[in-house]
Amino acid sequence: MAIWIDENSKLLIQGITGSQGTFHGGKMIEYGTNVVGGVTPGKGGQNIQISEHNLPVFNSMIEAIEATEADASVIYVPPPFAAEAIMEAADAFDRLKGEGVVVCITEGIPTLDMVKAVSYVNDRPGIRLIGPNCPGIITPGENGGCKIGIMPGHIHAKGRIGVISKSGTLTYEAVAQTMSINEGQSTCIGIGGDPVNGTGFIDCLSAFEADPQTVAVVMIGEIGGTAEEDAAAWAAENMTKPIVGFVAGSTAPPGKRMGHAGAIISGGKGTAAEKFAAFEAAGIHIARDPSEIGAVLKVALEESGLL
Amino acid sequence: MNIHEYQGKQLFREAGVKVLEGVHCKSVEDALNAYDSLGSKVVAVKSQIHAGGRGKGSLFCPDTGELLMEGGVKIAFSREEVENYAGNILGHRLVTKQTGPEGKMVNNLYVEAGCAIAHEYYLALLVDREAKAVLIMASKEGGMDIEEVAENTPDEIHKIWVDIDAGLLGFQKRNLGNSLGLSGASLKSFFHIIGSLYNFFISNDCSMVEINPLVRTEDEEIVALDAKVSFDENASFRHKNWNELRDLSEEEPTETRAKKAGLSYVKLDGNIGCLVNGAGLAMATMDVIKLYGGEPANFLDIGGGAERDVVQEAFEIILEDQNVKGILVNIFGGIQRCDVVARAVLDTTEKMGLNVPLVIRLSGTNFEEGRAIIENSNLDCHSVETLAEGAEAIVNLIGGGQ
Repeated sequence: MAIWIDENSKLLIQGITGSQGTFHGGKMIEYGTNVVGGVTPGKGGQNIQISEHNLPVFNSMIEAIEATEADASVIYVPPPFAAEAIMEAADAFDRLKGEGVVVCITEGIPTLDMVKAVSYVNDRPGIRLIGPNCPGIITPGENGGCKIGIMPGHIHAKGRIGVISKSGTLTYEAVAQTMSINEGQSTCIGIGGDPVNGTGFIDCLSAFEADPQTVAVVMIGEIGGTAEEDAAAWAAENMTKPIVGFVAGSTAPPGKRMGHAGAIISGGKGTAAEKFAAFEAAGIHIARDPSEIGAVLKVALEESGLL
Repeated sequence: MNIHEYQGKQLFREAGVKVLEGVHCKSVEDALNAYDSLGSKVVAVKSQIHAGGRGKGSLFCPDTGELLMEGGVKIAFSREEVENYAGNILGHRLVTKQTGPEGKMVNNLYVEAGCAIAHEYYLALLVDREAKAVLIMASKEGGMDIEEVAENTPDEIHKIWVDIDAGLLGFQKRNLGNSLGLSGASLKSFFHIIGSLYNFFISNDCSMVEINPLVRTEDEEIVALDAKVSFDENASFRHKNWNELRDLSEEEPTETRAKKAGLSYVKLDGNIGCLVNGAGLAMATMDVIKLYGGEPANFLDIGGGAERDVVQEAFEIILEDQNVKGILVNIFGGIQRCDVVARAVLDTTEKMGLNVPLVIRLSGTNFEEGRAIIENSNLDCHSVETLAEGAEAIVNLIGGGQ
């Protein structure tokens, strides 16, 4: 089952002729993702050779979806144009199919552009936006699977643990931790660390709770905002499956920006201590050190009679 | 990116936001000329630094450490007072709640005409990440510590969220004005200022605008007596004027150097240098170092897919930091290739030498190649497989915590 994407999902690449689009297009195809084409305005009608596949390039998302019946798109478009790419994808999927998954990898999109784009996506309830500034989403399969984004495919394996994270490389760390206790993943989602993004923790938790393949969830937060606190409160009311949680940034000094635009602590809100406390209050199993996620997950699975 | 109050007020003026007359000064002489030209009996003499809490701060002599004056914002009633205050402020260190104990050197001064204040309010515009919208906050309890107001009397903070498509609507301005108890001429003036500020916020890609205090004068006019403006760095490509507004002396030089190389670096107080890929993993690396009793010397995210020269620059920055007594390299390669990091570390140590213990953890893309490069070299370092092992090793190698 997994969530939102499966091994058969058909994917378009927005920005397919750019270096990022071509490079990661190849990596996604090698992993087994069903890439059906891409969009670069002005280059429609051409074909592009990626990883031994000859893929059609379209001028617009409307044309691309009409021709390929794609289910999802991934955006590797530079920051000045990325929010517009999100809205174009949302419009096209909504018009033609009433639904679609849009994954935006781009880092450095102006926040107010994202306020606009998220508002636009929210007006189209069938559209799911993941990111921006994220590693993407991956559903490992028996052979290969569906990888939409930039994560290293080879560290994953099909399994029963759902992974949600604000951070890129820390997601890989969490995946490696599940593998260290011989557990694979149902779906892993990097929701991104920007202040304004699409899919949030609660959307993911809710989907994992409903997914029969998933038995437990690893959730990786970061300082800044109150998304982790809100997710913890929601989980306490709605989740029956065990959750393991970690929050990065315990040692970040107040008011300093630590790379992710979102990770800013102000006025004593959104600190790691507060987030860990909210996790504990919600019955979430806590790992204080990311290297302990595997061990904590094992205990959580045992307690739930899953091991 | 932050700018100074005097710059913010100039931008306000251009955007139609009412501010008082004021002059930017670099010397005591400038300040005296400003006093003469403003023709106001009472003037405010205001330290310009990128930090809040100036009014309650203290000024110290950078050489002797001697306390020169309490308060970085002064009201002067005479030419002599202007001279005295400006002399105590310029070229001295201002320590406030937000600067840390080392304070900030004050190189700029703003001398502003006075006005007859009837009431002080608080006003702020920012992006609310949870609501994914621009939030406008206002309070009748201005001019004081707003965090205290928010904590003790949250009902005194009034909030409206602006729909990005519809824009700031008339009823929202009216409701906010009413909740501040404004009516008649002052309400009309508030309407004008808040409309101009919202447009300013959007067209300048601000991440925050804070005015504390926003005042009602005895003539029922609403005026911005303060201007804290921060811009969203992601939007710098469409604001060419930001380069002129940037005050590099307010920024840590190493952080500026790192930014130029495409690195994200923040200097910290500890002694373990960290080189990591990814912001989340970089923060987690700092956390785990602390968990094992050490203190990180920096946050350093090399980003995704950094080339050899970028990683070299990153490693050089760490090696040049005099406080660094040990280094932990923690890479979980996704786009980033471990062999690139390994080669860059080797090249840099060959060029600059290595006098402190080094622990390297390589995982993910091309980790075998990376580890082989390190093992086949003469580099004196410890190779580990997990973050926890790495943190424990480096803390032990420098003889436990600090």
